[in-house]
Amino acid sequence: MQKPKFVYTTYIRSTPKKTWDAICKPEFTRQYWGEMTNVSDWKKGSKWEHHNPEHEVWVTGKVIESIPTKRLVLTWADPDDLADKSRVTFEIEAMEDMTCLTVTHGSFTAGSTMVKKVSGGWPRVLSSLKTFLETGKGLNIFCK
Amino acid sequence: MFREMDAVFKALADESRRALLDQLHKSNGQTLGELCEHLDMTRQAVTKHLLLLEDAKLVVVVWRGREKLHYLNPVPLQEIYGRWIGKYERHRLQALSDLKKGLEDNKTKKE
Repeated sequence: MQKPKFVYTTYIRSTPKKTWDAICKPEFTRQYWGEMTNVSDWKKGSKWEHHNPEHEVWVTGKVIESIPTKRLVLTWADPDDLADKSRVTFEIEAMEDMTCLTVTHGSFTAGSTMVKKVSGGWPRVLSSLKTFLETGKGLNIFCK
Repeated sequence: MFREMDAVFKALADESRRALLDQLHKSNGQTLGELCEHLDMTRQAVTKHLLLLEDAKLVVVVWRGREKLHYLNPVPLQEIYGRWIGKYERHRLQALSDLKKGLEDNKTKKE
């Protein structure tokens, strides 16, 4: 196993089911992920895409593993440079009245420009996701 | 919420633990042995500080086989940032911080 480049963890006062839906359902993601949506049927082998509000594809990839409410593994590629591919894992774990969400991003290709693009982004997305699930309202994460 | 933030501030209120975070920021995913090489601390001290940082969720552990890798988790810091920094202030603050850094670097070079 290659060493992941980034590992992010957040503890959310919510359930694994709600956390899973917040990642997979466009009606939720757009409320905390800067109006972006994740689109797929989330079945193993299916395609998934990360869209902006104009339905332009920002990230694309395949679903490698999908265990609803527990674990989701995706490939993550730039649609304009499919060779720049990496791998993202979402792990959801119930902990008493909390849910622990860990996002691991790794397996970047050498010279990947994606490393730079995502490194500041994940903490903002996860912090906004936590706020969204706990208060019903996400943060304005991409404002200039 | 308050207890979580208390743990973060407590963890940050120590020069050695900040040095540990600096090390992980420089090179993420280090083992205890690798961290000890770069720090002027005993293995026991590093272990103790890491536990406190893990408790505050500023450090997350990933097991790779028998190797325990430590990662800097900036999510709690993002929450502190989001709490007090307004959405329109970010760019001005970044500009100020870049200016300060630029001026100070210049000064160090001249001296």
